[in-house]
Amino acid sequence: MHPALSIVFFTTASGAGFALLLLLGLAVPLGLLPESSGFGFLALATAFVLTAAGLVSSAFHLGHPERAWRAFSQWRSSWLSREGVMSVVTFVPAAIFAIGWIFFGVTDGVIGLFGVLAAICAAVTIACTGMIYASLKPIHQWHNRWVVPNYFTLGLMAGFLLLDLLIRFWTVRPVWTPLLALLTVLAAWWTKEAYWRFIDTTSAPSTVAGATALGSRGRVRMLESPHTQDNYLLQEMGFRIARKHKTRLRLIARIAGFVLPALLSLIALLGSGMTAAIAAALAVLSAALGLVVERWLFFAEAKHTVTLYYGADAV
Amino acid sequence: MTDLPPSYPGQKKLGLVIDLDICVGCHACATACKEWNTGGHMAPLPDFNAYGDDAWGVWFNRIHSFEDGEGESACTVHFPKSCLHCDEPACVTVCPTGASYKRAEDGIVLVNESLCIGCKLCSWACPYGAREFDADAGVMKKCTLCIDRIYNANLAPEERQPACVMVCPTKARFFGDLGDPNSAVSELVATRGGADLMPELGYRPVNKYLPPRRGRMRAEDRAPAPLTALVAEAQRESDAAHPLLRWVDRLLSR
Repeated sequence: MHPALSIVFFTTASGAGFALLLLLGLAVPLGLLPESSGFGFLALATAFVLTAAGLVSSAFHLGHPERAWRAFSQWRSSWLSREGVMSVVTFVPAAIFAIGWIFFGVTDGVIGLFGVLAAICAAVTIACTGMIYASLKPIHQWHNRWVVPNYFTLGLMAGFLLLDLLIRFWTVRPVWTPLLALLTVLAAWWTKEAYWRFIDTTSAPSTVAGATALGSRGRVRMLESPHTQDNYLLQEMGFRIARKHKTRLRLIARIAGFVLPALLSLIALLGSGMTAAIAAALAVLSAALGLVVERWLFFAEAKHTVTLYYGADAV
Repeated sequence: MTDLPPSYPGQKKLGLVIDLDICVGCHACATACKEWNTGGHMAPLPDFNAYGDDAWGVWFNRIHSFEDGEGESACTVHFPKSCLHCDEPACVTVCPTGASYKRAEDGIVLVNESLCIGCKLCSWACPYGAREFDADAGVMKKCTLCIDRIYNANLAPEERQPACVMVCPTKARFFGDLGDPNSAVSELVATRGGADLMPELGYRPVNKYLPPRRGRMRAEDRAPAPLTALVAEAQRESDAAHPLLRWVDRLLSR
């Protein structure tokens, strides 16, 4: 599948933003984070900017961005519509929570409940994003049980790394945020490796024989393409990535996305003051690079069944 | 609504039956489709860089060519592919705006261009590559089963069928109601073992493909016997004879 940069940016940025909102909505009402309204402003603004930037970026992918509002109508059947609805719905309790926290300094009671509600909505939104891809049967690398857990753990990892950076402006030595950042990085790493193992060792049940209802005489293979130049189908769904590049990009995603953030979170956990803060900042930057490469690969490695009509033996 | 219409027994399911045994791969159906539809319901079907090196455009029908089998028993099969107007079209249910829909009255899958936001998700959801994006209009386009021909009262009754079916010079394409088990197309599918494409995905396509007939002559059966005998004889002679004798033989045979 063609890795459109607008969608790569949208899924990584809004995933991190919604995950940060999820953590804030749960942890602040429980009193686990600084209650200062300055921290509330910084943390919630980060979450809002990331989610909003992601959603705006996704609109650039559309042929008719001005009609984007229509995408809220078909939530009964479409995961894309559900995601659109949930991403907007999430802003309602999140905004009440933000006003209560930032302007009135209240984080418990009813405001706290709105925080929890925003957290639940954010979690549902992340799941909907994953389901857009997981529901597409023609793409084996997406239509599997690892995709939604991947979106969850990768989002949570980004959220915790961000939270651990932001909290350092208020707390000299936070304990549970670097620890959970480290644990979610490891969890995300594990689910991503499991995903890669799954797509490396399995392929779709569909074959070129099944796609053409042929094969009674033996092997079916393409003789001639219907057209001599690429068309929309090949531009959009025939994207191919060289094995050599795939291996290298996975290595970059592994190191930048998981190994470095894990080590830096460990430094942030054990160290204190400036050293720990710098480690937390570097962890965020490294993870951002790793996640963009990981998300680019998520598209580039996905093979659509339509390529069976254009010479692919398996997808 | 992108919810699918409720199904009921005896529902009309208009579609195509394509005979892979007969199709000669002339691309006339693709050309006729382009010609009609660039002025039809989903018009236009734009072309980009039409006279340059990287010409591409929107087509609703494309003719692939495959080889089935190895060596002398292999068979070349031309394979026209267009929208299969599936019973379970995920291209419709994934649509976030309601632009894609399946008609309850005849099962035709269409796009309402004025609602389409051009997110392209429907083209990802179609396993068969039936939908093509119009980069000019910013909306998705697809085969309409020539809805503007089959119900067109301005056309003579015998012309009220899809352009691809009308034009086919070998009559490899058939149009009809595949929901009616007694229709001509349904009987054809039953007789010839018409098959679904990628049935494992569960889209339940309405269009059916008739496989190439079995029992064709193999290559060795096809070579005429007298010629085979002559070749063998010449081979024997040339193997046995001395060059000088061969020259004499040729001289005497004049």
